[in-house]
Amino acid sequence: MSQIALVGAVELGLVYALVALGVYLSFRVLDFPDLTVDGSFPLGAAVAATMIVSGVDPWLATAIAIAAGALAGFVTAFVSVRFGVLHLLASILTMIALFSVNLRIMGRPNVALLTQDTVLTPFLGRGLDDLWVRPLFLAVVVLAALVGLAWFLRSETGLAMRATGANPRMARAQGVRVGAQVIAGVMLSNALVSLAGALFAQTNGFADVTSGVGTIVVGLAAVIVGETVMPSRRLSVALVSCIVGAVIYRLAVQLALSADFLGLQASDLNLATAVLVLVALVLPKLRGRALGRRARA
Amino acid sequence: MIAVENLSVVFNAGTPLERRALRGISLTLDNGEFVCVIGSNGAGKSTLLGAIAGDVPATSGRILVAGQDMTRQPAEARARHVARVFQDPLAGSCGNLSIAENLALAAGRGSRRGFGYALRRERAEMLHARIRELGLGLEDRLDQPMGSLSGGQRQALSLVMATLAPSSVLLLDEHTAALDPRNADFVLDLTRTLAARFGLTVLMVTHSMRQALDLGSRTIMLHEGRILLDVAGEHRSKLTVEDLIDAFRKARGEDLTEDRLLTS
Repeated sequence: MSQIALVGAVELGLVYALVALGVYLSFRVLDFPDLTVDGSFPLGAAVAATMIVSGVDPWLATAIAIAAGALAGFVTAFVSVRFGVLHLLASILTMIALFSVNLRIMGRPNVALLTQDTVLTPFLGRGLDDLWVRPLFLAVVVLAALVGLAWFLRSETGLAMRATGANPRMARAQGVRVGAQVIAGVMLSNALVSLAGALFAQTNGFADVTSGVGTIVVGLAAVIVGETVMPSRRLSVALVSCIVGAVIYRLAVQLALSADFLGLQASDLNLATAVLVLVALVLPKLRGRALGRRARA
Repeated sequence: MIAVENLSVVFNAGTPLERRALRGISLTLDNGEFVCVIGSNGAGKSTLLGAIAGDVPATSGRILVAGQDMTRQPAEARARHVARVFQDPLAGSCGNLSIAENLALAAGRGSRRGFGYALRRERAEMLHARIRELGLGLEDRLDQPMGSLSGGQRQALSLVMATLAPSSVLLLDEHTAALDPRNADFVLDLTRTLAARFGLTVLMVTHSMRQALDLGSRTIMLHEGRILLDVAGEHRSKLTVEDLIDAFRKARGEDLTEDRLLTS
């Protein structure tokens, strides 16, 4: 694997680290399986790219992309909390709707950003090789998200959010407005994913309406890989493990794609990811069953 | 002070499964009063607690806590005034949060939750002190998950959690029923100690007639959603478990005659 491919994999891993943090928040903290992210990732890309192309400051465009993601999360959570629609179904509806919304925003299936100023432009051509600027920039963003999330989840409000996911009846008895917590958490989760989409568009130079397919599975894969590599009950370690998991996942994918003897194509990626997640989900159960059989014997 | 006025709760109203769990209960608890509630299965004990806590909607009647009408408020809005310990030791805390985090969550009951560190130093010290008093050695394990504790330890902590923030009434729903006798005694002693120390107003549901007479200052017997017996003071101190059983029998006997009338 070439150095460029390696750095590229780390770079993409860092983008998906933000997705992993968002997925950790919805799946693990809130126990709210949220597929909206398949729509909010390209939403972030679409909003940021479209605004940048039309001359808006890239920082402002990124901020608005984050807000758009939060809004998408709000729709899913509100429909689920307020009207009692099953969380999975509510998120699928939002995801499907976002496909059309994203096409409307961009006006076409994809938008190129190659000649535009992005949030990265101020850091390019300052002595450091451009190859390293993007992963470094992303690392700083991911670190900021990590610190912010760790701080938030340890605050009074964050604790109430964690209790909402773990034991809603107890949370309610402690005066926590669980509906509001779910909405806030899913908004925050999708804001992170949308930020990932906005940065994906700016680091890769394009936004594409299909770039969101499988985002949820990649995010889950990152969370699960992270939990396997760094098992811990500590919140901060769990958050770090999401990031590590995302980078490992992308490196593994890059390795598999560049190993000619495997004969894999880029288009095999989704199948490989689905199999990986399935194995990670099933393996602990199979292991438990095998242990049980041994104990009985 | 809490007051329940002519409270009725009907489940599945208007369907063949309609069940009238509470039929016009009126009850006033003065500040600092410790009331034990007994009654057979289906008498409405848990429904009464659920209605006061806000888990069970009242069909008619009013619930006043500290002078405020709370009848239509959701459980989370009542939490400022109502503290609770559930029967199931797993229900009252989060197994995957640490002991300290569970305590911090309970310490914030009824106050606005902001973005400050939940386990800030002065609070952590207060929690540590409160847990050391228990004498269970749990003060050294505060950063371990709640799920690592036994049912008895967890229930003792749930009780402490319910007293970390002020309340107008503490609702105990058979909170020792799921424990072995030794742990049940420990939690019961702790209940008595904490109620006396903080001058708590307590409404405790129990299956044990012995407990219903020994603990607190007043005993109420429910039957078929009505208050059958309400004793306090001198009259109560003379009451024996046998008297309570007699009262139960009499109530059941009356049902039998009613049934006979209906079928004959």
